Amino acid sequence: MLAHPERFFADRFGLSASVMERLLGSTLARRVDHADLYLEYRISEELVLEEGAVKKASRHVSQGAGLRAQSGERTGYAHTDDLALPNLEEAARQARAIADGAGESAVVPVTTGARPHDLYTLAEPPIATDVLRKAELLKRVDAAARAADPRVKQVIASLGSEDVVVLIAGPSGWTMGDLRPLTRLSVTVIAEENGKREIGGYGGGGRVAFDWFLENERWKHFTSEAVRQAVLKLGAVDAPAGTMTVVLGPGWPGILLHEAVGHGLEGDFNRKGTSAFSGRLGQKVASELVTVVDDGTMANRRGSLNVDDEGVPTRSNVLIENGVLRAYMQDRLNARLMGQEPTGNGRRESYAHPPMPRMTNTFMLAGQDDPDEIIRSVDHGLYAVNFGGGQVDITSGKFVFSASEAYLIEGGRVTAPVKGATLIGNGPDALSRVSRVGHDLKMDEGVGTCGKEGQSVPVGVGLPTIRIDGITVGGTQV
Amino acid sequence: MTGALLDLLADVLEGARKKGATEADAYVGEDQSFSAQVRMGQVDTVKHARDQHLALRVFVGRSAAAASTSDLSRESLDRLVNEAVTLARITAPDPLSGLPEAAALSREVPDLHLDDPAGHDLTPEAKIELARRCEGAALAFDPRITNSEGGDFSDGHARYAYATSHGFAGEYRTSSFSLSTSPLATENGEMQRDGWYHVTRRRAGLDSPEEVGQKAARRALRRLGGRRVKTAEVPVVFDPQMAATLIRHIAGAAAGPALYRGASFLLNRLGQSIAAPSITIVDDGTVPGALGSRPFDGEGLPIQRTVLVDKGVLASYLLDSYSGRKLGLPSTHHAARDGSGVSVSTTNLYLAAGDTAPEALIGGVKNGLYVTELIGFGVNGVTGDYSRGAVGYWIENGELAYPVEEITVAGNLLAMFQAVEGVGNDLVFRDRTAAPTLLIGRMVVAGA
Repeated sequence: MLAHPERFFADRFGLSASVMERLLGSTLARRVDHADLYLEYRISEELVLEEGAVKKASRHVSQGAGLRAQSGERTGYAHTDDLALPNLEEAARQARAIADGAGESAVVPVTTGARPHDLYTLAEPPIATDVLRKAELLKRVDAAARAADPRVKQVIASLGSEDVVVLIAGPSGWTMGDLRPLTRLSVTVIAEENGKREIGGYGGGGRVAFDWFLENERWKHFTSEAVRQAVLKLGAVDAPAGTMTVVLGPGWPGILLHEAVGHGLEGDFNRKGTSAFSGRLGQKVASELVTVVDDGTMANRRGSLNVDDEGVPTRSNVLIENGVLRAYMQDRLNARLMGQEPTGNGRRESYAHPPMPRMTNTFMLAGQDDPDEIIRSVDHGLYAVNFGGGQVDITSGKFVFSASEAYLIEGGRVTAPVKGATLIGNGPDALSRVSRVGHDLKMDEGVGTCGKEGQSVPVGVGLPTIRIDGITVGGTQV
Repeated sequence: MTGALLDLLADVLEGARKKGATEADAYVGEDQSFSAQVRMGQVDTVKHARDQHLALRVFVGRSAAAASTSDLSRESLDRLVNEAVTLARITAPDPLSGLPEAAALSREVPDLHLDDPAGHDLTPEAKIELARRCEGAALAFDPRITNSEGGDFSDGHARYAYATSHGFAGEYRTSSFSLSTSPLATENGEMQRDGWYHVTRRRAGLDSPEEVGQKAARRALRRLGGRRVKTAEVPVVFDPQMAATLIRHIAGAAAGPALYRGASFLLNRLGQSIAAPSITIVDDGTVPGALGSRPFDGEGLPIQRTVLVDKGVLASYLLDSYSGRKLGLPSTHHAARDGSGVSVSTTNLYLAAGDTAPEALIGGVKNGLYVTELIGFGVNGVTGDYSRGAVGYWIENGELAYPVEEITVAGNLLAMFQAVEGVGNDLVFRDRTAAPTLLIGRMVVAGA
């Protein structure tokens, strides 16, 4: 539906190369170290089923431009959702006001850059698929969930799709465009037995076509997982409280990495010296079994991007290699101020937000161990396989993440399911306690959203089965 | 300009009617904002923003759909109407859907003094200076304050207009002003960050930058030397900010949509005791100048004061028209309108003050925890099971003995509220949600 980004903004809003040249020139009309223009057009749609029927459907359009000028550590940022030229010129004036000294206004000739990757071109983006087919899928989810178990009392299923077209123009006149499809199916189930109710949730998605949900009956898997979790929790016992050995299952438990080390390795906190990992490049921050990668180039994944929101090609960055801290994740500003290279991690929620260093798909490389053997190695502990959200205090390094599906390990065997509990640890310490790493690396299903300073972006995580010797489990069973 | 937004809405609603909508409502919001952030005394980021947004909800018979756009051009609004009406043809009819009864609509739009037009007259330089003073006060407070995530001054003003196809049309303006800073304290190689802020609707009501900065510094300093404690079941005292997070969970479980879906631990508990008799929770959207006040709710119903929990008894749910019909109850005028439709939100929510000084609540605890920060998402709204990461002080013999961190507090919200043993007299209305210090008799603290 959406044409090439350059043509799209030229045809639709009259923002031709010559207009961009004038705007950039005007943003740069003072002594600035960097200036850029970010144009965005987004269409999103959501269908929600509850009580067996699709009752909610909505469609949203947002468009706007963000203009930025940087001088030293200073950033001037202005955004507007009115793409008329006088508004953009006013935004450029506001953005550049921050920079020191006057200079001549200039025209910057614009050249179109080649897209470095092609990770998610789709024959039919999910937003373009007929809503009736989408509504039909949600009804099948509902029927399958109710058929799976008589204790299922309520099913809420939603299907969200969006298409975002962006165009970034930089100070030396290059432009870089990207078309970013994204979709997600979420299934929430309430199960009831003997007056007791519990909730289970599951889902998946990515930068994929609608048919992805039908392939291998993925939708059915998401549905049965949501049912299984709700029903399982009906019979869960109180979670233990205290410090113990924890085995994390593969996939989504990779949220551990996102919270324990990921945020702490973002360039802005390290440039300011406010992260628990500041000044620790080259030092050992994890067990030698641990290698952590942030990779924005994985085809069709939720956290992937062809280029970041500053026009820098994404790449695979090794953050921690055999336990040694190798690199931070950078946007242009923090890379420049730290004398490092941008790493393709400059991201923003929308045109209304300036970019900052953010994660893409963050995971731990597989190790040697057999996952079953890792569980057998634990005499008394917790086996956690699914999680809700997490949070971290960057400066103290303390992080939490909440287990939504976990079991006791007793005598090397997985036994009773336990109620949800928060796990708390200290980033630089927790990964030093990793004593076993499985050979079963798995990426999550494609549901993650990361929040930082009020900005949300889609991300991915991945993990093999790992054993951590000593992490605090916040249950109620003393 | 007055009336221009309502004229735009009238056009959109008329367009929807012509395309086949039997009922419709729409809102438009416009806002302009500015923020100045300094770090270590230097300008860091200055942001100017201008946003606009129009959202339409249509009913075709009993089927509903919604659409929104930030492009208010004629062609875009025509597209918006078409899309909403087209989508409504694929959603299932719901006999309970629809706008509230016309007779219940707000007859007037009271002036709640939510805007401060004169407050926005500061130059960008003066705003930067406020941010600088705020951070500067934190940095100068103590030699152990060595670094900062910055100081910020922001202000914004917005217009909001809402209209329905059955006769409601209302408009109001809001202003907001905020100051904040996040300093870092360092000692013996340990780093701790904390912050403080103030948000108001009138600039003159803002705390001074120095007051905000010094409080932020004290909060960061008091975290230094945090230790872990042994896992134990003990009394837990929540400071006012953290007690406010607890009553938000109660409000979340009392929200209509969670109830009719069966996804709430307060289901079927109306009229029952859900908390100790010392607990009274009120939501009041009528307070002039308050952050959560609004002259009408998201469906055009007049705003009111609702007692949610009355001396421990669940006295009311928080309902919009639809969830009210689902539960066989009238709306409590808590509808919140967004681009996708209607949900429920609180206005100014508070836990009524008790008569015990906070020092006396702490003083009565022999061995327990004083919580000053909670992190994570470990709250199950269906069961009330609660488990979150915590930071605070250990209480020994009625005194705050030493800071603690890397621990969790866990329990079940219903059991926690039944186990309340004291409510402080220190209620201060600062945020949309406010509470005094709260003492809960027993929770499990997990640590070493």
